[in-house]
Amino acid sequence: MSTEIKEKETETETEAETEPAESSHKTRRMEQKRQRAAQRDLEEEAREEVDEAEETVEIKVFRFDPEVAGKEEPRFDTFHVPFFKGMTVLDALIYARDHYDSSLTFRHSCRQAICGSDALFVNGTQCLGCKTQIADLEDHLDSTIRIEPLPHQEVVKDLVVDMEHFYDQMEAVEPFFDADELPDGELEEQRQDRENREKIKMSTRCIWCGACMSSCNIAAGDNEYLGPAAINKAYRFAMDEREGEDRKQQRLNIIEQEHGVWRCQTQFSCTEVCPKDIPLTDHIQELKREAVKNNLKFW
Amino acid sequence: MSQSYDRGTIEDFGRWKEFSAGMWAWIFHKFSGWVLIGYLFTHIAVLSTATQSGTMYTQTIRGLESLAIVRVLEVGLLAVAVFHILNGVRLLFVDLGVGLEAQDKSFYASLVVSAAIVIASVPTFLAGAF
Repeated sequence: MSTEIKEKETETETEAETEPAESSHKTRRMEQKRQRAAQRDLEEEAREEVDEAEETVEIKVFRFDPEVAGKEEPRFDTFHVPFFKGMTVLDALIYARDHYDSSLTFRHSCRQAICGSDALFVNGTQCLGCKTQIADLEDHLDSTIRIEPLPHQEVVKDLVVDMEHFYDQMEAVEPFFDADELPDGELEEQRQDRENREKIKMSTRCIWCGACMSSCNIAAGDNEYLGPAAINKAYRFAMDEREGEDRKQQRLNIIEQEHGVWRCQTQFSCTEVCPKDIPLTDHIQELKREAVKNNLKFW
Repeated sequence: MSQSYDRGTIEDFGRWKEFSAGMWAWIFHKFSGWVLIGYLFTHIAVLSTATQSGTMYTQTIRGLESLAIVRVLEVGLLAVAVFHILNGVRLLFVDLGVGLEAQDKSFYASLVVSAAIVIASVPTFLAGAF
């Protein structure tokens, strides 16, 4: 199918070059017509597949498009998708987009839980679409699966949210390795022992998906709060033994401010939803203790 | 993170069914904390009757204890206080970074223990109230 369209596209391009004025309208019309036909075919195909499939799932997807008249009002669209073994929420969304409504918008890239672009709000929990098996959702065959954009972030369109604030908070903790104490020899390595690596191991796994920030009640009410992901980033570098004392002190100064670690009220929501199983609350609590040790001096 | 429009029940307590253990612990802890603060004020009010005279205080206490509703509320106060203490201990451990992977279990445990203590206390509190 796709190759066929490509061929025709190159054809129309050459056509347009030879007689530009008149035929551009014509080709555009033809193109639209073909697209509509292709759309019909796909829907037909989908209907057949849904009929044939042993099991189907019903997904209810949040739709919103402020730029198109008639779509400014948020609403839910329901799609029937044939279920196959190993199907993820993202697969269902891709199927719905490819077969029913090509305007359905959502972010996705690697499909293997490493790019962090498809954090969604599925049945009331933040999760990665590509990592969430439909079979794992409670009574997925009987009831509809509700798919919404991440809460507490502004919706741009459909399932796409504005991540700018999240990225700002992440950058606020200076999330990069910055060794202030370099080894003497020019060719000497910066070594990290195994225990230290083990200590920061989980915190290095963050993929910046923003699920934790979205699940956090406190972050929702306090825009200045760094949020679990950013504090986890700070932990990752503050606890890394390859960074020297001064740098660690600077990092602690960032996170021990009013809207840093102290905002955390240990609701464990972030730890609960983290798709990479990072013990976020654990790390925040440890940084709290570090901050206390840093400021309380009894001697 | 201002909302460009009202997303309805996403942001509010309408989703209480989806709350996890840690979230419930937080809500109950806040709630019981506020109830205890409210109780402290009434407690001071009752105690301050003793500044007028000893009999005044005795009369106030007797008057209050003769009301069935006060007897029932006392059970509620015990429930709230016991849960707040137990969950407070749980939070202490959380702050110390001990057993964070069992935080949901410790929350359930504090619920069960406070329920047991409250039920055991009912005969004492409600004896002769009705």
